[in-house]
Amino acid sequence: MTLLDFARGPALQAALVIFIIGALWRFIGALLLPWRLVPAQPREGSPGTVSAWLKGMAVKMWPHEPFAKHGAFQFINGYIFHVGLAIVVFLFVPHILFIQGLTGLSWPGLPNSFVTVIGVVTAASLVAALLHRLRSPVLQLISRVDDYISWLLTFLPVLTGLLATAHLGARYETMLALHILSICVFLIWFPFGKLMHAFLFAFSRGMTGVRLGQRGAEL
Amino acid sequence: MTAKTTASGVPYDAQGEMTDQARRDAAMKGFVKEFGAVAASHLESCVRCGMCSEACHFYVATGNPAYTPIHKLQPFEQAYKRHAGPFSPVYRLFGLVPSVTVEKLQEWERLIFDACTMCGRCTLACPMGIDIAELIKKARHGMFKAGLIPDRLQLMDRTARAWGSPATPAEDFADIIRDTGEELGVPMNVDRDKAEYLVTVAPAELTEHTKALADAAKVFNAAGLDWTYHTEGFEASNIGYLNGDLELQEKMTRKLIDCAVKIGAKTLVLPECGHAYGAARWEAARWYGGEVPVRVIHMTELLAEVVNSGKIRLKPIAQSATFHDPCQLVRRGGVNEAPRDVMKALDLKLTELENTKALTWCCGGGGGVVSNTRADPIRYKAFELKKREVDATGTQRFVTACGQCRITLNLGAKHFKWDKKVESLLELVADNLAD
Repeated sequence: MTLLDFARGPALQAALVIFIIGALWRFIGALLLPWRLVPAQPREGSPGTVSAWLKGMAVKMWPHEPFAKHGAFQFINGYIFHVGLAIVVFLFVPHILFIQGLTGLSWPGLPNSFVTVIGVVTAASLVAALLHRLRSPVLQLISRVDDYISWLLTFLPVLTGLLATAHLGARYETMLALHILSICVFLIWFPFGKLMHAFLFAFSRGMTGVRLGQRGAEL
Repeated sequence: MTAKTTASGVPYDAQGEMTDQARRDAAMKGFVKEFGAVAASHLESCVRCGMCSEACHFYVATGNPAYTPIHKLQPFEQAYKRHAGPFSPVYRLFGLVPSVTVEKLQEWERLIFDACTMCGRCTLACPMGIDIAELIKKARHGMFKAGLIPDRLQLMDRTARAWGSPATPAEDFADIIRDTGEELGVPMNVDRDKAEYLVTVAPAELTEHTKALADAAKVFNAAGLDWTYHTEGFEASNIGYLNGDLELQEKMTRKLIDCAVKIGAKTLVLPECGHAYGAARWEAARWYGGEVPVRVIHMTELLAEVVNSGKIRLKPIAQSATFHDPCQLVRRGGVNEAPRDVMKALDLKLTELENTKALTWCCGGGGGVVSNTRADPIRYKAFELKKREVDATGTQRFVTACGQCRITLNLGAKHFKWDKKVESLLELVADNLAD
């Protein structure tokens, strides 16, 4: 078995199993705790639970003006690497073919050269995010090991993917294997660290949306 | 009660005779009780972006990273991970998340009580929607159990437990009402057996703002409402809500609701007090054990009702004014337009502050901070944010609708020799009733 066979086969399968079980465990562990809702009479004219939940999710896509002003770098840079990652992961033709091989699902992709540029921008944006974390006194204080592990495990697939595309660093098959292995490690870590915010945000935002929304307060 | 200092030089107060272990265990028990699905979803979602820092008046005013809101929750979060989170057995087994030490709790006392007014501006800034203000309130429950709250707050707690109010013994209440009425020539209703409206008060109204008692009476009388103050349910500022004393919070809440039910009141009117609104309007159902059988409204909502319905008419003041939105009333309570309707009826030309309504800066004294003298230096720093914005409006009058905000802002004005008087909306209405 070559390194590439190992990466594509047992490594990826094991990583996906850990990812799915870990994520479900974390969800269930948090959401099975008592809900203890306080049935206060909602303000007249306030949105219902479902619309307040959805509004909470939507409103937080964009910061209030005073916060946007102070957190402009983080806000804009955050959008750049999130959108960048989404494009690279889901609209790069080789990725779509890979996912098709696994699931049978397929959709149109973007030109490889365009996605490569997006990949470079995403990598640069991630480096900028790390530098900001290292330089900000607030972030120095509140950062944990998880922040750096999650950063590294997000950055490595982008880096190895770019190297593989550019045929740099090692033989293509080796670099591709390393790329897939870096994704495996990313998936294994995902449920245990802050990467889970990709799913949890819906609950966190939604619950505050309901709490404040039913009071007729701004979100 | 003893004032002490941690090994790293941080001052803290401690109440009761307890071993360090017992104190720590009490805090953990208090924390763990609070870890429900909502708190868990919030604690699980933080991406450590730090955007909450710029929302906090204490951080912005001092530049001290320790005042970053999410950092104030560190021991609470650590306790969640070790004792309640989905991976807590793994963390405990491998020692990946250590126990919270009593030293850490002592050190965090000032961050949880002195440096947070639970104003919730950070909640609005958080891109994950984490309700940090609510989590701080929950963390206070464990701190109270551990006897680790500022002595000044503990003193108010003991007084409220003994007297039913931090300001005065319940048996003196009716006399204060009658004396104030006589002194100011306003007919008062107190301890009536039946009334449509039960009107409640805040501690400052029983001491330095007694005119507010008569002002409320003037408005109710002018509107022709069937109302009363009542000895069995008069104190609306819920000290338990601020201190993390859930037993007291329940007791204070039940007194108000039970009294309203007893006299057949349809509406319970809360005074010009922000946290009273948070406790009674949004949390009473928890303590009452179901839907509260009376309508609970803030004095500002009552004023807007009687103004908008034409039950009272007002003389125009015809001056410029700005308004400080009390956090618990507006940001956390959704009462956005009522004060503005009343100001319009008074013909006050409103110029909004730069940060207004839900985004307003806190006065700096909410959540018990104004009563906690240890917090004075940072409270004054935070006051400067408000002062700058008020000055920038260039308006003649400065109005608010919360007695605690008024006290905090007036203390700030005195400290900085600022010639601005902070006025009560209720008082303005009462002083300008058209005959």
